[in-house]
Amino acid sequence: MFSQHTSVTFNLMEHYRLFDHTADLGMEFFGESLKKLFVSAGIGLFDVITDLNEVNPSWHFNIEIDGIDIEDLLINWLRELLYLHQVKKMLLKEFVIDEIGETFLKGYAVGEPIDEEKHVVKKEVKAATYHGVELREEAGQWSARVVFDL
Amino acid sequence: MKKKKRNNTIAEKKRTMAQDIKLEKIDDFRWSIPKAGGMRVPGMIYSSEKMLESISMDQSPAQVANVAHLPGIVKYSLAMPDMHWGYGFPIGGVAAFDANEGIVSPGGVGYDINCGCRLVSTGLQFNDVRNRISGLVDALFNQIPTGVGSRGKIKLSRGDEKRVCIEGAKWTVKNGLGCADDIEHTEDGGALPGADPDAVSDRAYERGIDQLGTLGSGNHFLEVGLVDKVYDSLTAAAFGLHEGQVTVLIHSGSRGFGYQVCDDFLHKLTKHVRTLSLDLPDRQLACAYFDSPEGAQYFSAMACAANYAWANRQALMHLTREVFERYFSMAPRDLQMRLVYDVAHNIAKKEVHVVDGVKRTLCVHRKGATRAFPAGHPHVPDAYKTVGQPILIPGDMGRNSYVMVGTEKAMEETFGSCCHGAGRLLSRHAAVKKAKGRIIYREMEDKGVVVRAHGRSTLAEEMPEAYKDISDVVHVVEGAGIAKKVVRLRPLGLIKG
Repeated sequence: MFSQHTSVTFNLMEHYRLFDHTADLGMEFFGESLKKLFVSAGIGLFDVITDLNEVNPSWHFNIEIDGIDIEDLLINWLRELLYLHQVKKMLLKEFVIDEIGETFLKGYAVGEPIDEEKHVVKKEVKAATYHGVELREEAGQWSARVVFDL
Repeated sequence: MKKKKRNNTIAEKKRTMAQDIKLEKIDDFRWSIPKAGGMRVPGMIYSSEKMLESISMDQSPAQVANVAHLPGIVKYSLAMPDMHWGYGFPIGGVAAFDANEGIVSPGGVGYDINCGCRLVSTGLQFNDVRNRISGLVDALFNQIPTGVGSRGKIKLSRGDEKRVCIEGAKWTVKNGLGCADDIEHTEDGGALPGADPDAVSDRAYERGIDQLGTLGSGNHFLEVGLVDKVYDSLTAAAFGLHEGQVTVLIHSGSRGFGYQVCDDFLHKLTKHVRTLSLDLPDRQLACAYFDSPEGAQYFSAMACAANYAWANRQALMHLTREVFERYFSMAPRDLQMRLVYDVAHNIAKKEVHVVDGVKRTLCVHRKGATRAFPAGHPHVPDAYKTVGQPILIPGDMGRNSYVMVGTEKAMEETFGSCCHGAGRLLSRHAAVKKAKGRIIYREMEDKGVVVRAHGRSTLAEEMPEAYKDISDVVHVVEGAGIAKKVVRLRPLGLIKG
């Protein structure tokens, strides 16, 4: 069922880094393509929330979203992942983008429900903000900066 | 999608501008940001020379200038001395917009709608608790849901949630968790008018279903303290406070319900703002005209979340009273746990203010700022009418907190607003780095403060050095005349998420 996955290697430095923001959490994501950048955003977000090694990829959630532009699309992607986490009580570890355009994305995320015996939820991430959101591509390398409210 | 080189020069230019903000000294406690570029009004920052150094180190002065770009802003874009870098609006920001020509902005309220503080006085003296703090803090920690995604014992049906949206703290009291006096001592009687449950999304209701009566995580806390200094005995007596008295300070908000309301409307208004041809310096400043269907819808949904927060803090106080009664084996009439006041510090309110001699209806945004109304104001509870509204200003977990009182000067200058806390100095990331190898809860115990928290990282992120010195903050607001010190509280023990 998940044979089309780009296998996720948890060399997390490749996916994201944190930057300082006084009130909240600043994250910069990286990818060799726009698809990979969005995958990195999912991995980075959930690496901050929990220990990804403890999460089994057993539940599958289809995601289709749109945005008014690419930055809005990224925020909406993170919004959707946070919704699955906060309301559906999921921890997600694998992310696949099937189709992506400036204003449209189709893909899925895989993970499992939070099990208080097994998982540690390290941080409560309230939301992905638009503050200073930036997405750029230079010489085939994509990156994006997002500030999360904690 | 075809790859393209994205042009970020505008964003980069804006960031550079942010670092170039010039502050002009007005007096020892006030600094002006002169009108420049698209700013419709100047900015004004309350700060001492000493505090200015940390303020200038982050982007909060630029955020004060950014807010000044928004339509209908009245007089100036303000920031309190606890200000620091937020998202869109600075934390510690106050901005008032004309109700007919101005905007309302979810970013000007924040995600934790009606995050606020509630101070409870008790009939206990320091000697009654001196040797029992550790057990009391354990009992509070065991009984009050705290931490990431904490779920409460109160399960709400959708119908209940909608009633909470309208009735706020009154719903909690009606359901047996409190008394009528609690409502009298809560800002706006614990329920903003104009709440429309139909303006709230299903997702917000889903997030709020099991979070009433939960403290949450991050900087939220419940602290047992004592009054260790009285500055104004007349006002302190009116507030029912005296030296040596044990108090409880609760800091929490609207939990996931409010975060979702904010996020839903940022999403909607980011699209909507494109139709208004506004050139916003930051997307997080997305807004709608207050007097428009979109603005009205946000304001009604925000009122629902504000009311959820008041219901939540009321429930938290009730749980606290129950723990005290059991732990000290005392009846309520002997414990005398009385609500001094509950005040919001993340909110937008429709208020009437006199601007240049003319009464105007304004939408006042307080983002990390507290309402500070003076004696005689109709919105001050009857019991405090002769002295003014209590202002609750928590410090970091190792240092003092203050109770102040509103002044006429605040009405004239800050739309009746004051600071809300110490204000962060270090990012959470930097605080964790600084705390490496240290045992923060032990350091706190050495200072005489018993701390219980779920995560080690929470304690590191929240350690005293991560915050400005609260005494510097209150020195500025008192020096500027926008609030007056009444009593100082000293922490004895606290629980955190």
